[in-house]
Amino acid sequence: MVGANGESRYAPAPPKPSDPDGFCFHSPHPEVFSGQARHHHRHSHQNMASLKLQPADQKVLPKAKKTGTTICGLICHREGCVVLGADTRATSEAIIADKNCSKIHYLAPNIYCCGAGTAADTEHVTQLISSNLKLLRLNSGRQSRVDVACVLLKRHLFPYQGYVSAALVLGGVDFTGPHIYQVWPHGSTDSLDYVTMGSGSMAAMSMFESRYSHDLTLDQCKDLVHDAVLAGIFNDEGSGSNVDITIIERNKPAQILRNMDTPNTRLHPMRFQMPLKNTVVLREFIELHEAAPVAPAAVPAPAKKAEDEERAAMPLE
Amino acid sequence: MLTPAVAPIEAKKKEWSPYTDNGGTTLAIAGPDYAIVAADTRLSNGYSISCRDVTKLAQLTQHCVIGTAGMQADRAVFHKLLRTRVDYFKYKYGKTITPTALAQMIANILYGHRFFPYYCFNVVGGLDAQGHGVVFSYDAVGSYQALPYATTGSGAQLLEPLLDSHIAQRNRTQKNPPMSKDEAIAFVKNAMASVSERDIHTGDFLEIAVITREGTQIITREADGVERIKLGFD
Amino acid sequence: MSDPMSYNGGTVLAMNGKNCCAIASDLRFGVNNIFVGRMHRIFPVGKKILVGYSGLASDCQTLNETIQLQTNLYSLREGRQISPHALTNLISTDLYEHRFGPLFVEPIVCGLDEKNEPYVCGADLLGCLSKPTDFIVSGTGMEMMMGACESFWRPDMEPEELLEVISQCFLAGLDRDALSGWGCVVHVITPTHTRTVYLKSRQD
Repeated sequence: MVGANGESRYAPAPPKPSDPDGFCFHSPHPEVFSGQARHHHRHSHQNMASLKLQPADQKVLPKAKKTGTTICGLICHREGCVVLGADTRATSEAIIADKNCSKIHYLAPNIYCCGAGTAADTEHVTQLISSNLKLLRLNSGRQSRVDVACVLLKRHLFPYQGYVSAALVLGGVDFTGPHIYQVWPHGSTDSLDYVTMGSGSMAAMSMFESRYSHDLTLDQCKDLVHDAVLAGIFNDEGSGSNVDITIIERNKPAQILRNMDTPNTRLHPMRFQMPLKNTVVLREFIELHEAAPVAPAAVPAPAKKAEDEERAAMPLE
Repeated sequence: MLTPAVAPIEAKKKEWSPYTDNGGTTLAIAGPDYAIVAADTRLSNGYSISCRDVTKLAQLTQHCVIGTAGMQADRAVFHKLLRTRVDYFKYKYGKTITPTALAQMIANILYGHRFFPYYCFNVVGGLDAQGHGVVFSYDAVGSYQALPYATTGSGAQLLEPLLDSHIAQRNRTQKNPPMSKDEAIAFVKNAMASVSERDIHTGDFLEIAVITREGTQIITREADGVERIKLGFD
Repeated sequence: MSDPMSYNGGTVLAMNGKNCCAIASDLRFGVNNIFVGRMHRIFPVGKKILVGYSGLASDCQTLNETIQLQTNLYSLREGRQISPHALTNLISTDLYEHRFGPLFVEPIVCGLDEKNEPYVCGADLLGCLSKPTDFIVSGTGMEMMMGACESFWRPDMEPEELLEVISQCFLAGLDRDALSGWGCVVHVITPTHTRTVYLKSRQD
């Protein structure tokens, strides 16, 4: 399919020559959007030109923070509520970038959403949808519905063809009852009793498949989600650290159990104190906060002469 | 005009590779009268853990231990080969090979496989003729070097500066005397726990081989003799 | 062109202490493996807040200028300085705006908030925030710094000890990262003053 302006569907169009300042706020499929949603597709493409300078065969994609993740959620039919669970590890390739990040995002007082994939995408997509839900609530004066959140998410994700890599577990309770949705980065969704996502989804699903039933009490559901996340934490290297759980019940504020279990505390910590005055200091400046009436200027760059002297004074080891 | 004799090279398909990296970190420290070789016991495959308790260490002689990171299959074969070569040396020359000679032999074996190398990144620790600790560090094709401390594997980048700072005491005005054996063991536990906090392929348990004049002791348990030395399980 | 994140090199490290926090960076400006000159990569945003940028030098400066503009406008509009919390959210949205043609920068905000509580927060190049309780590193020497920090950082460090720990961790990592070095600057922010220290380091 070719977009309205004749651009290919595989690459966003370059700025039109008539664009006075080279800016181009455009969405890949303008015709898909209507009303409010359109104004939120405001990615700037001003750096795309510099990306194109890279020869195609040498193009290096920088690593963004990922959440190689275990996220999961289930419906407690017996008590008409929803339990969401997530681990707290964020990785940058094989390195753990954040040991205790939060992956259960707020969408509405009665709707929360776990995110896996590129961390920035899950964070910003959920923020965006939460704003849109708030606007809808203010306009309609009604509680947000989970299926509306689901539709807003998929309408956002689908036009980006998976490039906004957010894999989500959406859960909430509205007047129609409890709902769990699985939202894939390409924009397809499933409505199920229990779902898992992320690199630890297999480990978590093994717990759900063996233990889930419609008769579980809320406490049993909470334990099951806890164990499913633990299965991901211990058996998937992309998942780790702590367990976060959020429980959403009808007409009750959501229970946010951040770090409800911390099974991976630091082992063998260092027992000594770093000796003081053990580092060679070349120069030192002290700037008092109270004395300065205006915001301080930039850190004084070392004078060129001083720098040359310093360089001459320092032996190359 | 030229007519191409062969089809233009297409985008490379992902070919089968004989190598895989099973992760893990090794660490070796040479002390004044001891040497330490340590490694975690996790065996990784992509994002999954194939085994939590696989040793990366092999005691080759009474006073020499090798620690190997890299690919599990190559490590197993390589350790087995080294053991037979150590035995063969004894039968041939009537004495146990010294760690220094063994270090050279390991380099020779690795370089002997220059064009189809073992996917092994070794550290070797032992005692020299004077009873001082020695440590050797290798690349996969047998380039090696004697060092005061060495590390290889998936957490080596995290560990190396820590060793520079704590053992070599670089960038410090006051230097402490070298660590005692017990201090070194405590430090190794701390350092490997630090690595397992940040490297996803390092974790589960820690094994520490302590080589002294009396021989080699491979420590796998805490002081109580019951608990394994744990690293992160996540 | 190689990976833009390691084209110029450079590392920034920030740590939390007790009622204080500290941020350190190297001074190298290079082009791949060639040393070109020195540059500062930590800039103040008002009082008691410093932002360090690592990544592509041009994007570091671009983002800094954008942030300076916006925070200055904020001060004029609001009649007060921006809080570090608001600043990180501003940085996050600025970065995510360029989702499909990102600025190759990983900024770190280090400062004291309105209650003089330490605030250290980092973002990746797409604007994903992470707010650790201990320390955060970005740049080419990330792995190298992290190992040392994991062992040497302790909770509730006083400014003197914090300076020592951040300096030692940074210098240790610096010596093992080929793309960072050529000097090192550390800022320790306390409620009363900001202490700026230039450390002796290897010049290679």
